[in-house]
Amino acid sequence: MAGFAASAMPVTMTAPTITPDQRPRPHSLGQLFWAFTWLALQGFGGVLAVVQRELVERRRWITNDEFIEDWAAAQILPGPNVVNLSIMVGDRYFGLRGALVAVAGMLLLPMLLLLAVATLYAAFASHPMMAGALRGMGAVAAGLVAGMGCKLAASLARHPLGPLPCALITAATFIAMSVLRLPLAWVLPVVGGVACALTWRKLPA
Amino acid sequence: MTTALMLNLQPLDWLNLFLYFLSISLLAVGGAIATAPDMHRFLVERQGWLTELQFNTSIVLAQAAPGPNVLFIALLGWNLGLNAGGATPLAWAFGALGVALCMLGVLLPSCVLTWATTRWAHRNRERRSVRAFKQGMAPLVIGLILATAWVLARAQGDAARDWPLWLLSAATTLLVWRTRIHLLWLLGAGALLGALGWV
Repeated sequence: MAGFAASAMPVTMTAPTITPDQRPRPHSLGQLFWAFTWLALQGFGGVLAVVQRELVERRRWITNDEFIEDWAAAQILPGPNVVNLSIMVGDRYFGLRGALVAVAGMLLLPMLLLLAVATLYAAFASHPMMAGALRGMGAVAAGLVAGMGCKLAASLARHPLGPLPCALITAATFIAMSVLRLPLAWVLPVVGGVACALTWRKLPA
Repeated sequence: MTTALMLNLQPLDWLNLFLYFLSISLLAVGGAIATAPDMHRFLVERQGWLTELQFNTSIVLAQAAPGPNVLFIALLGWNLGLNAGGATPLAWAFGALGVALCMLGVLLPSCVLTWATTRWAHRNRERRSVRAFKQGMAPLVIGLILATAWVLARAQGDAARDWPLWLLSAATTLLVWRTRIHLLWLLGAGALLGALGWV
């Protein structure tokens, strides 16, 4: 887990200095819609990595810390994670309308595109170049998620628990999920419960 | 996709479809894909509304195409509608109906719950317990993200045999972490390398 090395990325340094009223925000529902459509259309093999790149780094509507906090809640709540995240970000800026517009942006055009792809699929399904391209994109998709995880890990340096306990919790989660293959329904309450209880003790009342 | 089934669905069947997706919405903890086995049980085995091939292809296509993976449910509804519409010019309308019922059903309950929870957490954001939850989950979330990457990478096969794929994943990790290169360039490069048979 090399992510704790001090990162030169500007994004990790902006978080504490920008106050909520200074920082960029979506100016209209239309802009919100297209932002979510654009990031969904970039999300091959999952939208997660693109959400962080687009909303945190490029548009700066949310900070890395907010992204991690929202993502935690989006994971635990039932329903598709990225849809839950869209609701949270949309609601933050435009209330219920924003939540609906963000979800529509995330789903509408990608859904039409997927139906078109499915209609075309039968004609090209057996072509070896098609299968190869899908394999290559799958390998890149794994790297996108890993790279984003490394980048987000830098923000743990400011965590109330301190870097070492954070690294242990991150490693425990990783091992439980990928090596031991425990169900998320166990890992979340057990590891998450310990992490939240420890954090609770460190926070001022 | 070849239509292998000819269905004659009554209004009650469509209602049943909608109610089924409403009922599993709140069970989809950890992503919609976690409920795929149950959808298979209901749509393929019990009702016989979709073929095995249609079900599997829907998931594979939704994973490969851009957009959230939950869209595989739209594809299930689409295929189901085409099965019901048969060869008539109205088949597309039936497909659209299937998409609408499946997606609305699976999204409505979970979206309402998420929205209400978000509102509550925002109103109570100064509470020590809410802050402890949000901050305490951060290291766990990063562990989950790294585990997701690992699962995606492992799906591409044995590291000893398929090492070019793993090398490509590792190079992508470094580029995403240390540079601001646009993600679409990386995906395009992956598709090109794969199509040429280099990885």
